[in-house]
Formats: sequence, structure tokens, C-alpha cells
Amino acid sequence: MDLVTVWFALVVLCWVLFFTLEGFDFGVGVLTPLIGRDEHERGAALKTIGPFWDGNEVWLVAAVGVTYAAFPAWYAALLSGTYLPMVGVLLLLAGRGVALEFRAKHSDPVWRRRCEVVLAVCSAGVVALWGALLSVFVRGLALGADGEVVAQPGLASGLSRTVAPLLTPEAAFGAVAGLVLSVLLGAAFLALRTTGPVRVRAHRVAAGASAAVVGLGAVVAVVGLTGADAVSVSLVALGALVAGAAVVVALAVRLGREGSAFTVASLLVAGVVVAVLLANGDVVLPSTLDPAASLTREGAAATPAALQLITAFGAVAVPGVVVYQVWSYWVFRRRVTSERVATS
Amino acid sequence: MTRLQFAVVTIYHYLFVPLSISLASLTAGLQTASVLTRDPARAQRLRRSTLLVGKLLLVTFAVGVVTGLVQEFQFGMGWSAFARFYGDVFGPTLAIEGMLAFFLEATFLGLWFFGWDRLPRLVHLATIWVVAVGTLISAYVILGANSFMQHPVAYGLDPVTGRAQLTSFAELMTNPVLFATFPHTIAGAAMLGGALLLSIGSWRRWIGPAPAGAAGSPQARAVDPDQRAFAGLARLGAWTTVAGGLATALTGDVLGKVMTSVQPMKMAAAEALYTTTTGAPFSLLTIGSLDGSRPVFSVELPYLLSFLATGDFGSTVQGIDDLQAQYTATYGPGDYVPVIPLAYWSFRAMITIGLLAALVAGVYLWLTRSGLDPREPRASALPFMSQRLFPRPLVQLSLRMLPTLPLLPAAAGTAGWVFTETARQPWLAFGLTLTKDGVSPGLTAGEAWLSLAAFTAVYGVLAVVWLRLVKHLVAQDLADPPVRSAPPASAGGDGEGASETSPAAPRAVVPSY
Repeated sequence: MDLVTVWFALVVLCWVLFFTLEGFDFGVGVLTPLIGRDEHERGAALKTIGPFWDGNEVWLVAAVGVTYAAFPAWYAALLSGTYLPMVGVLLLLAGRGVALEFRAKHSDPVWRRRCEVVLAVCSAGVVALWGALLSVFVRGLALGADGEVVAQPGLASGLSRTVAPLLTPEAAFGAVAGLVLSVLLGAAFLALRTTGPVRVRAHRVAAGASAAVVGLGAVVAVVGLTGADAVSVSLVALGALVAGAAVVVALAVRLGREGSAFTVASLLVAGVVVAVLLANGDVVLPSTLDPAASLTREGAAATPAALQLITAFGAVAVPGVVVYQVWSYWVFRRRVTSERVATS
Repeated sequence: MTRLQFAVVTIYHYLFVPLSISLASLTAGLQTASVLTRDPARAQRLRRSTLLVGKLLLVTFAVGVVTGLVQEFQFGMGWSAFARFYGDVFGPTLAIEGMLAFFLEATFLGLWFFGWDRLPRLVHLATIWVVAVGTLISAYVILGANSFMQHPVAYGLDPVTGRAQLTSFAELMTNPVLFATFPHTIAGAAMLGGALLLSIGSWRRWIGPAPAGAAGSPQARAVDPDQRAFAGLARLGAWTTVAGGLATALTGDVLGKVMTSVQPMKMAAAEALYTTTTGAPFSLLTIGSLDGSRPVFSVELPYLLSFLATGDFGSTVQGIDDLQAQYTATYGPGDYVPVIPLAYWSFRAMITIGLLAALVAGVYLWLTRSGLDPREPRASALPFMSQRLFPRPLVQLSLRMLPTLPLLPAAAGTAGWVFTETARQPWLAFGLTLTKDGVSPGLTAGEAWLSLAAFTAVYGVLAVVWLRLVKHLVAQDLADPPVRSAPPASAGGDGEGASETSPAAPRAVVPSY
């Protein structure tokens, strides 16, 4: 394995960890106003992600940073080619993080209510946007020979240059899938991490979400079956796997095996992300205009010297990060109580 | 356009980040003191102060994180040509910052804030130190990338692709500009954090709402433990501001000398010095135009500029006109002069506003020496004169103004960044790339406008919310942090409320998880 492959694997790992870990805290954010009947319950739901969301979000920083370091051309083409959607992602992430962090610092119920609404709306928006953006990873952008997105002719304002890639059926499907998957993950996480009414309701949501995921898997499989060429086999397999995993999640929730349910749901999300990133084989970002302008791993990679440098740091830092993040999850392993206990 | 957007989001980011850096260290220091002290009352005061400052740190850090994320995306979104060209230099730097430092900060800050009752005391103390050290590493690495733009080192140009290649990370991280910039920036951050504590502490001690136990008479206030904690915070903040001010001045002087040697145009622009001069004067103030024609009025200190720039009063400082001629000869025809009035005035604003902040903090320290009330006649009495140095109305007014003190170091810091970045122009990386060549080639004006408007609007809302929240946090009574294995009585609404499990409620322990 050469360094380019190693670093591509690391980029994939960062994205997988980001979507899996941040996936559940996005899901909890979306679910909080729905699943918590009063302020106390909503607070309990949010407390499950309080210590973690910041550390989870850093995986996004890592994914983007590692992409920049190891594949500068990919980074440049992707981010400048999805300029406006990325602005949206950033603003939604900002609103979400700040709402989550600021909510608990003020006891005014109106303030808390507002923070919860902002949190839920921004979380839902950001997962939907990411889902749509992942479809761009697969379909590619209208890259020209210089690796920049070519503005479509006739769109005078220029605003739609980077929005157009998100106005496809695939992107719409991605948005729905992102939302449903993160709700499933969030519900599984809440079921695992709470006691009392929140836990009970999380079970119900998890069951409903897994039914929806089965539907999504079926759609993928049907598209694969009705497709024209050989790609269909892998699509059918993917759809079947997704649906199967969702069934397992539903069963595990039903049996009260919350640990298994969350694990399988995480693996499901991780698998989907891996499938998306490996969909085009060696090509990291296809060009919809000219296959020759597509970005390959080798073509987008940084120079060997730069790769060696970050390898030295990464070999030390990444295992360290994993160790202390695991430790952090261990410290806060106890469940959060959502029922009110009569005291005094 | 993209430039303006980058400036807006960066300046905003650089307001919250230095605050996080200094608050992290101050929190760590306060908590260490609380662990070390033997006096239980003092330890409790320090713990309560730690929790307050820690909460401020948390809300500030949250803003720093989300704006920092914007920073990282910006390079690719708005400056893809630059990202391609310098990918090998900037990419690893950003990645290393993320892997090495940012993960540390984010994870351990969560551990610290939620871990009061979960971690052993010393381990818990260690987590906040990890955060503090992490912020310093972050600052160092990021400033390393910035210093590269001021003074490119450790790179080679690939003969085939024409891209910059990093030749030595060690060399990049030992850039002479970095050695000068880092302490200067950290000292400036200390001033900002110190000023915030001073403003909070003094407001609560002298002006703002009295805590529940000490309403009413000044005598009751003076002995109340929370009031003593606030008085302590104010003095700590004042000391930090003064020390930071002194350090900023000293390191600024060093930075000026480095700058003169690597970016002479910047120094010349800062002084609006057009002709190369031996024993150059330092211009204090100029009224009239700065275009090299005779100014209407100006105050100058002879020989001082030469001293500031090189350490020798009689030395020669290069002027703008000569540098322009030199650069034209080296890099081809073009305009290599930054916007002079901007450089000139931002340089001056940085120095005067920064000094003013340190001065105010120093006066506060003197007025509250040995526990005096600054409004007492005794406080502003000079030891050997019967005259009071500061009349009472002035002191009253100043105390009321004091909560706005953090605006001064914030303004000074902003002026400093505006100076250092705009006086680098027209270069993106000095001597290598012009700024206009770094912008994303495909970016349209509509996109740039829309995103600028969106960022500005959201950041504005963010600032207002942040201010309201800080004010709210500060106006509350101090509260004890949760204690390990002994649930504290739920005294005092500390505003944590439902996000924490109600402390009186028994936790369901599920060992099988």
C-alpha cells in the first residue's frame, strides 16, 4: 500500500467517523423537541450528547483538513464547486452548535424553547444538505480541465452554478436518506443512553425510522434492478444490505437490545458512507462534462514529501485522538435519567 | 469581494479565539489555585470563580469552533487557486492543527465541563490544562501558516507543476516572523481575556446587582464571599491586562524589527515614509494627506523610527518610493504599495488603544490596592500630597464605563490584524503570489455577495446572542461546581437546570452498558 492509498483510507475513515458520530448527535438534535414532552425531558435528551458533540464535529474538521493536506486538488474543486451549499452547511452548523451550547446557560423557558427549535431546524437542515452533498460525491461536478466547476451557460446570475448539482433526483433522495438515517441513529442513541419516558419514546421512533430505512433500501434496490447496465448488481446488493440492517435494528430495539441496535445502526451509516466514497473506484470526484477532467486519487494527491510529513504526525496523533475520545465516552457512560424523581 | 468576506469572517474569528485562548489559561490557573490553597473559604471562592470563567470559556469556544470551521472551508471555497498552489504547505499545517490540537481542545473541554462529578479531582484539573495547552498549540501552528504568508520559508517550487512544496516542517515552524508573532498575539489575547475579567469583576463588585446575601449596604457587600470572589476576579483581570500590555509592547517591538528586515514595505507603509531616511523620525500624528505631499500638520519624534525598526537611532529606514522601485526591478512592473492611510492609521490605533487599555487596568489596580473601595477618598489620595488624584465623579463614571473595557483590546487586536494583513498587500504570500491570483477562478460575484451577506448577518446575530448570554451568566449568583460522589444541595439557581440531571435525583446506574 502506498501513501496515497493510506491517506485515502484515512480520509474515508474521517468521513465515516464524522457521519456516524455526528450523525447521532444530529439525530438527537432533530428529535429533542419531538421526543421530550417538557423542558426537563428535552434537557435530559440533550445531556446525552452534551459532552460529545464538539469532539464529534472535530471529525469534520479532520476530514476537511486531511483532504486538504493529502488531496489539495480534491479539496479545492469540491469546496469551490459547492460554494453556496457549503456556506449553508457552515451557517447551519454554526446555528446548531451555538444553540446547543447556549441553551443550558439561561434558565428562561422561552430562551430554551427557542434554542431547541433552532437546534432541531439546523440539525435537520444540515443532515439533509450533507445527504444531498454526498450525492454530489458520487455524481460529480461539471469540472473543467483546470479542476474548477464550469458555470453552465445561460444562468446569468451565476448563483445557480453551485446550487444546480443539488437539484437532482439523486440529491433529493440523498437529503431524505440523510435525515432518516440520522433520526434512526439518534433514536438508537437516546434509547441506549437514557432512562424513563425519553427512552420509551426513542424505542418507538427507532422502530418507525428503521421501517423508513427499509423503504429507502428498497428504492435503491429497485433503481438497481431497473437500471440499464452492470452497476445494478452492486446497487441491488447495497439496497438489500441497507434494508436488512434496518430490519436487524428494528428487531434489536424490539428485544430491548439497545447496545446491538445502536451498533448495527452505526455500522449501517458507516457502510453507506464507505459505499458512497468508493462508488467511483479510483476517481474521487468525477467530472460530468468530460471523463478526462475527473479527479483521481493520484491526480489530486499532494506531493510525496507532504504526505510523508503528515504521515509522521498522523501516526502519533490519530491513535491518540481515538484513545482519548473513547476514554471520554467511557467517563460519561452512565445513562441520563429523564423521569422526574420526587425528592424532599 | 472574497477578500472582504475573508476579512470579515477572519476578524470575527480572531475576536473569539484569543478570548478562548486566554480564558482557557485563566480557568486552568484559577482551578489550580483552588486545588492548591489550604484555606477552605478561599478554595470555595476560587472554585466558584473557576466555574464562572469556565462557562464564559465554553460559550466563547462554541463561537470560536463554528467560526473556525468557516475558516477551514474558506480556503477551498473562495481561494481554490491558492489552495492548489500552496496545498502542500497549508494543507499539512491545517491538518496537523486539527489532529494535534483541535481534537484535544474539543474533547477535553467536554470532559472538563461535564466531568466535575465524574473524574478524580486532579484528573479533572489536568483536563482543563490540556485544553489550555491545546489552544496554545493551535495558535502556534496557525500563526505558523500565517507567518508563511508574511515571510515564506521552507518551500521549493516544483519545476513541473509550478506549485509550492514544503521542504521542512521544522523550518516552517521556526520562521523568525512566527517567533515574534506568537508571543505578540498571545500577549494581546491575555489583554483581551484580562479585560473581560476586569470588566465582569468590577461590574459585579461595584455597580451591578448585589448577590442575594449582600444586598444593601456597602459594608455587607464588602464581606460577602461572592463579592470578594468578584473583587479577586477583577484584580486578576487587571493584572493580566497590565502584564499582557507590557508583553505586547515588548514583543511588538521585536516583531517590528523582524518585520523591517523581511517586509520593509510594511514598515514604510506603517509610517507613511516615502523616501529612504537615515535617523528616521517616528510620526505620532498626521493631519492632512498621507500621499507623500507636505502634510498639513504632523508631530514627529526624531530618530525614533530608526530605533524601533532596527535598534539603532542612526540607522537608515527604507522608504516606499525606493522599495517600489526595487520590487519593480525584481518582480516586474506593478504596484507594490499597500493602502497607506489604512496601514498608517491601523498601526497607530493598535498602539494607542492597546496602551490605553493597559493604563486603565493599571489605574484600577492602584485604586483598589489592599482592598480599598476606589470611590473612597483614600483610594485616590497620593501618598505625599493632600490633593486627590482622581475626583470622585470621575471615578464613578469610570467604574460605570469599565464594563466596556474589553472593547479596547478587541479594537487594538483588530487594528493589529488589519494592519498586518492589509499592509502585506498586494501580496498573498510575500514575494510569491499576488492576492488577486489566489481567488477561486469560477467564483461569481453573485455567490460572493450572497455569502458575504449571509455570513455578516449570522455573525451579527451570533455576536448579539453571545453578549446577552455573557451578561446573563455574569449577572447570576456564583454557584459551586458539582462535586464527585457527594451530590451538592441544589442551592442557588445556577442556570444549569434541566440540561444537567437534577442533582438531587439518584442516577440510574446501568453497569452492563
